[in-house]
Amino acid sequence: MFEKTGVPSKEMVREIFPSIDRINKGPVAVIECYKEIPCNPCQTACKYDAIHVGEDINHRPEVNRDNCIGCAICLSKCPGLAIMIVDGSKSEETVQIRIPFEFYPLPKEGDTVKALDREGNVLTDVKVVKVLNPKSFDRTPLVTFEIDREYLYDVRNIRLEVQP
Amino acid sequence: MKQAELVIIGGGPAGLCAAVSAASSGAKVLILERNNALGGQLVKQTHMFFGSEKQYASTRGIDIPNILLNELDKYKENVEIMTDCTIVGMFEDGVITVIHKEDKYFKVKPEAVVVATGAFEKSLVFPNNDLPGIYGAGAVQTLMNVHGVKPGDRVLMVGAGNIGLIVSYQLMQAGVKVVGILDAAPQIGGYLVHASKVRRMGVPILTSHTVKEAIGTDCIEKAIVCEVDNKFQPIPGTEQEFDVDVLCISVGLTPLNELLAMRGCEMKFVPQLSGSVPVRNENYETTVENVFAAGDITGVEEASAAMVEGYLAGLCAAAKLGHKSDDFEEKKADYIKQLDSLRAGPVGEKILSGIEQILVK
Repeated sequence: MFEKTGVPSKEMVREIFPSIDRINKGPVAVIECYKEIPCNPCQTACKYDAIHVGEDINHRPEVNRDNCIGCAICLSKCPGLAIMIVDGSKSEETVQIRIPFEFYPLPKEGDTVKALDREGNVLTDVKVVKVLNPKSFDRTPLVTFEIDREYLYDVRNIRLEVQP
Repeated sequence: MKQAELVIIGGGPAGLCAAVSAASSGAKVLILERNNALGGQLVKQTHMFFGSEKQYASTRGIDIPNILLNELDKYKENVEIMTDCTIVGMFEDGVITVIHKEDKYFKVKPEAVVVATGAFEKSLVFPNNDLPGIYGAGAVQTLMNVHGVKPGDRVLMVGAGNIGLIVSYQLMQAGVKVVGILDAAPQIGGYLVHASKVRRMGVPILTSHTVKEAIGTDCIEKAIVCEVDNKFQPIPGTEQEFDVDVLCISVGLTPLNELLAMRGCEMKFVPQLSGSVPVRNENYETTVENVFAAGDITGVEEASAAMVEGYLAGLCAAAKLGHKSDDFEEKKADYIKQLDSLRAGPVGEKILSGIEQILVK
């Protein structure tokens, strides 16, 4: 189905997700690169030896979750915008999710935005906690928002309700 | 008649890399480019590239021409660049005829040539496909990303290959509503990371669908689409209407090969390489001695592969002319390795089966 719709199944998502224990320990990268393509900038970008693609750049990246500190450098380097950071260490009710977001206007810290699933359906309202857009990210800003844990495996995008 | 050692036809990704590689080896290079600026299709690719570091992965396409031009500048005593040059002929005696700035005609006879003319977009046949508002994806990208002009407000994209998916994403970045992406194939052709990216913004991707007809008086107002069966035949009763002011056609590219055919290079129609391509050796030299080809003209692929092919063809063309650098073998092996690695995965299987048919050992 994934090859027809572009929407990964729940099982595919679960398979690439870290354990809840790991998520609760602190920020960690989740890479949704489900299909082999010739690409390895995530590995090149990682300073912590936490992403492994290997000699054949067509291999899917593997995250070493012991090495990953969730620094998010790989997020703005991935040409597929396939990586997000999940952090469950801040609260027992919510998780913080950091995603690449290449759209104007950018949200501001404290804004309420719509959280979307992998088909673009609205899940709930969420609060933006951080927006990073330094020059080194080369026009791929990162937005962090806080969301109820029940949406952990479903949320993948946000949408701003743009005022005309 | 103008004299030149090595002429490179086309200043896109393959041509620029061929120029860097040949000029750095010591060859005197003349680049002839049709447009008024170098870069080819790179100048509208606002997304980050795939591949590895050596093919500028994770750099945006629009930033690559400057990287290559800065590199070329290091060997500027070996490089002449002429823009606004349309090549009108390549003849058996080696003469190339050129129209410069639409009114000056000149001839050039180089010792060798690298033809890197790229590819052009295929079209789709359906009633009213000539209505204003029906564009090729390349035109939409040029309007948007080169000239800053929105092509319309509501777009239906036809083709879920990488270009269709990427242009859909860029349209949304420009604030344009994309109502859907169709593809006649039963599966998405492009990278699934691109598909997921547009999908999670709520854009439906309809595989096994095609355009039945466009409707409108002065310009397109509606597109009628329908499902197709596994023989690509429309299934009656599956029609859907989309209200759109733009229909964007992105159904693939085909090599821009006329010059090579005119020059007498042996050509072969290879569906896996998207059209008629030159028979060549591993140095990217065609069956006509000292006529090299690189990039999409040798088979349609990603720009990353076109760049490496350019480097390889430029290196080999320069060597053929007596400019064999000390690290020739090392560089050549590296370029071949890079191409092998770009084509090693499932995406490259089709390309490799095509290359098998045109490669002479």
